[in-house]
Amino acid sequence: MVEYEPETTAYPARMLSDLSLRIRSQGALNNVIKTKLRKYSKSVLIVTSLLIFGAIAACGGGDTEGDSSEILIDGSSTVFPISQAVAEEFRKDRPDVQIPVGISGTGGGFKRFVTGEIDIADASRPIRDSEREEATNNGIGFTEFVVAYDGISVVVNPANDFVSCLTSEELKRIWETGSTIDNWNQVRDGFPDKRLRLYGPDTDSGTFDYFTAEINDEEDASRSDYTASSDDNVLVQGVSGDQGALGYFGFAYYTENAGILKVIAIDDGAGCVEPSVGTINDDSYSPLSRPMFIYVNNTSLQRPEVREFIEYYLNNAGELAEEVGYVGLSNAEYQAQLEGLN
Amino acid sequence: MNKTTATPTKRQRLRSFRVLRDRIFVTGFVLAVVIGIAGLAALLLDVLVDGLPFLNWNFLSSYASRKPLESGILAPLAGTVWIVGMTALLTIPIGVGTAIYLEEFATKSRFNRIIELNIANLAGVPSVIYGLLGLAVFVQFLFNGSRNVTAGALTMTLLVLPIVVIASQEAIKAVPSSYRDAAYAMGANRWQVVKAVVLPQALPGMMSGIILALSRAIGESAPILIISSLVWVTFVPSSPDSKFTVLPLQIFTWISQPQHSFRGIAAAGIIVLLVVLLSMNGIAIWIRSKYQSRPEQ
Repeated sequence: MVEYEPETTAYPARMLSDLSLRIRSQGALNNVIKTKLRKYSKSVLIVTSLLIFGAIAACGGGDTEGDSSEILIDGSSTVFPISQAVAEEFRKDRPDVQIPVGISGTGGGFKRFVTGEIDIADASRPIRDSEREEATNNGIGFTEFVVAYDGISVVVNPANDFVSCLTSEELKRIWETGSTIDNWNQVRDGFPDKRLRLYGPDTDSGTFDYFTAEINDEEDASRSDYTASSDDNVLVQGVSGDQGALGYFGFAYYTENAGILKVIAIDDGAGCVEPSVGTINDDSYSPLSRPMFIYVNNTSLQRPEVREFIEYYLNNAGELAEEVGYVGLSNAEYQAQLEGLN
Repeated sequence: MNKTTATPTKRQRLRSFRVLRDRIFVTGFVLAVVIGIAGLAALLLDVLVDGLPFLNWNFLSSYASRKPLESGILAPLAGTVWIVGMTALLTIPIGVGTAIYLEEFATKSRFNRIIELNIANLAGVPSVIYGLLGLAVFVQFLFNGSRNVTAGALTMTLLVLPIVVIASQEAIKAVPSSYRDAAYAMGANRWQVVKAVVLPQALPGMMSGIILALSRAIGESAPILIISSLVWVTFVPSSPDSKFTVLPLQIFTWISQPQHSFRGIAAAGIIVLLVVLLSMNGIAIWIRSKYQSRPEQ
């Protein structure tokens, strides 16, 4: 650092120790050196900062791919529990494979999937044409698998004793764009004068997409003056604490909280049907039972560990889906998809 | 006689009014303290009651699971250590360097004053903004979409850097200028003055500022939520290129699970987070008191 020769004039050593300074070389600071130093310190500053950022770029910019023992999954929070369960069990056999499972919502997952950022997208609705197009433009081929069924459950507060079944028309009148219904007596003649407050998933959710498509006949068309949350537990808490509430979310959140919620049967023209493992599986809980998907990048599917993972997924999804509150497919349906894989 | 007794009563009344006013304010201040403490105590109690039954060695040494009772906090704990460690490595040289330059080398020009003002402003920018910046610059541009530990640490560095710079500047300002003058009088140059006089004197202040800034990085969730997104990780990051999660995010993920017992697991996670934060703050206090008790002339 010191590039000039210091004068070696001896100062009394006592003075130095008194100040407890550890200065080895002494030199008079004249103006020439001052300016020299100032220039020097600036260039040192620049060089160091360049070095630091260069080092960062070098160590991070390198191998982002190539690490083949990693299977990246992201997407729907509804499908997450199944993928999580499968990944957890799979890793007991293959601890060398790292499988981070993200929860960005179906739309958020597809955004990363169509750019090739992730290997598998969890989805609670089929891929949209616009997303499919984007994937094609990026040269990404993919395979779709149905892994389980879910029944979107419409729930009210347990203190609500006047409603046990709603028709899909009534649901539509409540939820459609521009709806101004804010009292139960506007829903059906004979319902009491009670304020109706609505709870539902936010617009990034596949549950929202599916519900609006089936009930309001147009995907994403919904009134917006309701309590929206991407966290279904917030909706559960909201409905269970509000006597006039009506809300909807995935079946698992209903079954885990069945004690503090009351589920509503849905009449789509064929009588009132409550969501249950049986009615969701045979599709009689209509129109709100829906398949849940995983989408696998075809290039990733070439990798042996991804292929192994998908086989494991289809072989075990039925059992694991039911463990986490969903409804599995029939064995034949899983087998058919497995054969499609080969 | 009557007159003489009337005056003291008036005086007494005035006096009692002053005493009363004094009492009112003291009560008000005590109330302010009690409200703060009670809020904290209620939070701690609630978390401890919910979380302690789940807190055991197994919880600390295993990975998150779909089964609440088998869930552990190892991956986010390791992720937090990685993030904070790398953030410290990056922040300390850059932050302390900036502070030294601004305080000891830079001339007090208009340009430098604008820089200082901007650093102060940056310290107040909401953390989510840094997250968005990190996603655009580090994740998308620098790492090609890979949401790795380095991207997280770089973002956290940006977030805490202004705090470290300001804390270090304050610590440097607190060094009496007579020390510098004495060193200059000895013929030291500016780097020698910084190295031998300013830095050793300012170090305790800097250290506690840095540790407090890093504990902010531990508790911060918004930028990491954007950088890594909510993710369930069952491995310890092995390199700066690994995927990761951190304690606040794992707690958030657990709370949004449908199963009720995950609330208890989340509470146990909060206890771990609090212990980490409190011990870091404790270290900061220890450093400060250790060096303050040193006799100075």
